[in-house]
Amino acid sequence: MADTGVAETLLRRLEKADDGVDSVEVSGSLGVDHQLVVGAVKSLQALGDIISAELRSSKHWELTGEGKEIAEQGSHEARVFSSVPAEGLAQTELMKLAFGKVGFSKAMSNKWIRVDKAHEGGPRIFKAVCIESIEDQVREKLLLVQKGQASQLEEKEKNELKKRKLLSEVTVKSYWITKGDSFSTTITKQETELTPEMIASGSWKEKKFKPYNFEAMGVAPDCGHLHPLMKVRTQFRQIFLEMGFTEMPTNNFIESSFWNFDSLFQPQQHPARDQHDTFFLSDPALAHQFPQDYLERVRKVHSEGGYGSQGYKYDWKIEEAQKNILRTHTTAVSARMLYKLAQQKFTPVRYFSIDRVFRNETLDATHLAEFHQIEGVVADYGLTLGDLMGVLHQFFTKLGITKLRFKPAYNPYTEPSMEVFSYHEGLKKWVEVGNSGVFRPEMLLPMGLPEDVSVIAWGLSLERPTMIKYGINNIRELVGHKVNLQMVYDSPICRLDS
Amino acid sequence: MFSTTFEEYTEYSNLNLFFTMLPVIARDHSALTPKQTSEKEIISREQGDSKASGASEVILYKIDVPANRYDLLCLEGLVRGLQVFRNKIEAPRYRRVSPASGELQRLVITKETEAVRPHAVAAVLRNITFTQDRYDSFIELQEKLHQNICRKRSLVAIGTHDLDTISGPFTYTAKPPGDICFKPLNQTKEYTATQLMSLYKTDSHLRHYLHIIEDKPVYPIIYDSNGIVLSMPPIINGDHSKISLKTKNVFIECTATDLTKAKIVLDMMVTMFSGYCSQPFTKEQLSSDFINRKVGISESTDRIAQLLTRMCLRSQPTGACDNIEVEIPPTRPDVIHACDIMEDAAMAYGFNNITRTTPRAYTIANQFPLNKLTELLRQDLAAAGFTEALNFALCSQEDIADKLGKKISETRAVHISNPKTAEFQVARTTLLPGLLKTVAANRKMPLPMKLFEISDVVLKDETKDVGVRNSRRLCAIYYNKSPGFEVIHGLLDRTMQLLEVKPGQGDGYHIQASDDCTFFPGRCAEIIVHGKSVGRLGVLHPDVINRFELTMPCSALEIDIEPFL
Repeated sequence: MADTGVAETLLRRLEKADDGVDSVEVSGSLGVDHQLVVGAVKSLQALGDIISAELRSSKHWELTGEGKEIAEQGSHEARVFSSVPAEGLAQTELMKLAFGKVGFSKAMSNKWIRVDKAHEGGPRIFKAVCIESIEDQVREKLLLVQKGQASQLEEKEKNELKKRKLLSEVTVKSYWITKGDSFSTTITKQETELTPEMIASGSWKEKKFKPYNFEAMGVAPDCGHLHPLMKVRTQFRQIFLEMGFTEMPTNNFIESSFWNFDSLFQPQQHPARDQHDTFFLSDPALAHQFPQDYLERVRKVHSEGGYGSQGYKYDWKIEEAQKNILRTHTTAVSARMLYKLAQQKFTPVRYFSIDRVFRNETLDATHLAEFHQIEGVVADYGLTLGDLMGVLHQFFTKLGITKLRFKPAYNPYTEPSMEVFSYHEGLKKWVEVGNSGVFRPEMLLPMGLPEDVSVIAWGLSLERPTMIKYGINNIRELVGHKVNLQMVYDSPICRLDS
Repeated sequence: MFSTTFEEYTEYSNLNLFFTMLPVIARDHSALTPKQTSEKEIISREQGDSKASGASEVILYKIDVPANRYDLLCLEGLVRGLQVFRNKIEAPRYRRVSPASGELQRLVITKETEAVRPHAVAAVLRNITFTQDRYDSFIELQEKLHQNICRKRSLVAIGTHDLDTISGPFTYTAKPPGDICFKPLNQTKEYTATQLMSLYKTDSHLRHYLHIIEDKPVYPIIYDSNGIVLSMPPIINGDHSKISLKTKNVFIECTATDLTKAKIVLDMMVTMFSGYCSQPFTKEQLSSDFINRKVGISESTDRIAQLLTRMCLRSQPTGACDNIEVEIPPTRPDVIHACDIMEDAAMAYGFNNITRTTPRAYTIANQFPLNKLTELLRQDLAAAGFTEALNFALCSQEDIADKLGKKISETRAVHISNPKTAEFQVARTTLLPGLLKTVAANRKMPLPMKLFEISDVVLKDETKDVGVRNSRRLCAIYYNKSPGFEVIHGLLDRTMQLLEVKPGQGDGYHIQASDDCTFFPGRCAEIIVHGKSVGRLGVLHPDVINRFELTMPCSALEIDIEPFL
């Protein structure tokens, strides 16, 4: 409310007006800038229903600076005509005048003047013989516009003057102001905020309060944030816990090849055990402690078979099993847990883990050398393939995925092995969401588990569902130091089933 | 040693049928999920649209073959598998036949090969009629096997020869490279093995295999009875015995470091291109009840035998109880246990047709205490105004040592022997470098930056079976125009409050001045809890700040949270 004076004057005018007033007219008659009147309109609007204002826009023609000069002093060509005396004027002299150049050519084309090129002392200009006086049409047209009678001119004429940069068309925005329901000519000052004093004195009852702008954003709270991948991890933990799965201790990134591969009946020449796929350690290069009798049973099942299996029939080497690596899957921990379970009296178990695994792979927008593996394991008497698919169905239902299909796959330590596909509504196709299978007897029986116990398991990565959930295309924006912190600050809570 | 006779194929005439069948088959034969593409599409994807114009638009089907099913790697095997599955033909039986002359070929292995590549097996395919397509498929199968089960020729290498250009018996031996001299495939003159190795150094294909024998004192070599070189496995064949479209009788040799794999590879080569081979069938007996129980279905014994037969495992109920006798052809080396047969029955039944059930056992869930503590602390650190970062467990030596003003030998770090880049040299021993790198990558964000991470670091520890253990750490940093030691100290106080540790000597926690090269002198303190150090806090040394390409003062805290369990 910069100028209550203007606002009050406006209200008094409005009181006298029959229907309403135009803001441009008001500013004209008050002799103040139009913006000042607009400001007064806005502040009156903010006070409630005192006035109502309708935004209008109109186009009108206005003289440019040059146009104003011509309206005042005549067109360039007219001024050229009048500055030529009877005895003529040297062309060079004429050109020295401000209006000389433009005026000369226009006057020539109007045939008001002539040039005597052969005149001694250079070309000389004379008034055309037959013309006594001229009619300065340009000036007259401009004067009409200046008087606000532009409508008398034809469009063509106006456009021609516009081309000569004498006229310009301007859009004027104005308010058509009418009385509001609670119209009054007096203005009460509004309070911005409720104060302790007002509450104490009760003065708030008489005061009017300035309305809030509910369009504006609030002030961002000063707070910390959890990482989106970890938020998703928390949800997956929650799902497993809801389903009665106990968390495995996966806080051992370094594993021996024995637990990572051999115990899982993964042969020693398997490509996953290559330098290209697995990170090996140079220090400490070897693990030095194994359950000896179990190790012997593992050696035997690989090299000679047993437990109803022919084995892989190759020369199994302890040197290969001893090699320390960064674990390539958390299934290494599942193997340790199942071995531990086999050393006790068997009871059915459900295990899960979500932790880091490492692959010495080629990196791209969706693959890193380390990622989080989610793994679920169920061990019980007489589990079937139908049970595995049933558990997976329950698990994925909790993620909001109900359409599942299974495709045969190959995995050295599970048989049958199944890739799990879910129908992606967005992509309109089946996408792979995980891997699953029934652990082979060659893995379980050497551990000492009872023969009629089956173990079903499945795994998936944590990063992939998180990237889909949060719409992230480059994994480096999510994991690692190149994370986009703004993304972390802005990420919503994670509910996987919605 | 065995020889074989070639059976004339009928499959080729059925090619069109095969392709029109595929999408239909995919619906119930879920092992094969064909993806459609075309030569044009492939070229356009790999080399751009301009190169693709004019290429064939005939639809190609891409089929995912499980890594243990070598018998599906060539068109012949795949077609046969589908035909049997569709009940169009019966599962083939393979048997060995003797040549008309009655005399079998022989391959003699000498003991010199033990030093380099000790095993070899061989077979003969007789009366073959190659067409261009069959010849290409034959070569392609050989190459796929080389890349797959043969582990890029290191385990097994296959050589194929025109039997009519050579005469047995053959000798597989090993000789010093200087003593080997022959004209290799597609060359015009003779080379010694030593010369060959340098010749192929620049060969885009063969150079990948040289390392397999390069450093050995002797190289493997196969001769015929006239001293003609058949091949120098696993590198190159001789030019003399090369096969062509006109070849009628093919001699196949597989040399290997793994005998089981060599036999599998030879069986594949032979069975895919013949109807007969020597190996008798392995017969297995199992009960239909076993399959029903493991899969979770209840089918009759007859029906299960039918399911298996459709998967090329000829099966018949024996009549005794619910027993089924299953013939395992040499094309199926992946079948080593009854569970492998059970899987085929489940596949033939269709995974998606199995009723989904729920395991009935009642189990009580437990959280891993360390993870439970971590989850709870993370929530409250975020509530304290710090934002969670998540950094890699692997990093460079520089990150955990030089940049922090420490020596790598002081760190107890484990070292990786085969990192592809410096980013994967070691496992981190501290969380601090990761947080500093996170700040450096987010310098555009408003100050102050308050970050934390609760994760594992990896430390050498002789008491563990692998000589290493993880250690769960909490690290936090405050990065602003002023160091904000009091902020980080306040976070320590808050953390201790959350962990119910009171300030004070002895039973509580306190901090005491300490020296550490990572921190600014006089601005570092040791955190003592119950009389033991659990970590440090302080203002980082300006050199450390510089080395992480930062410009502002920074204070940090790192503690081990395992003592609070």
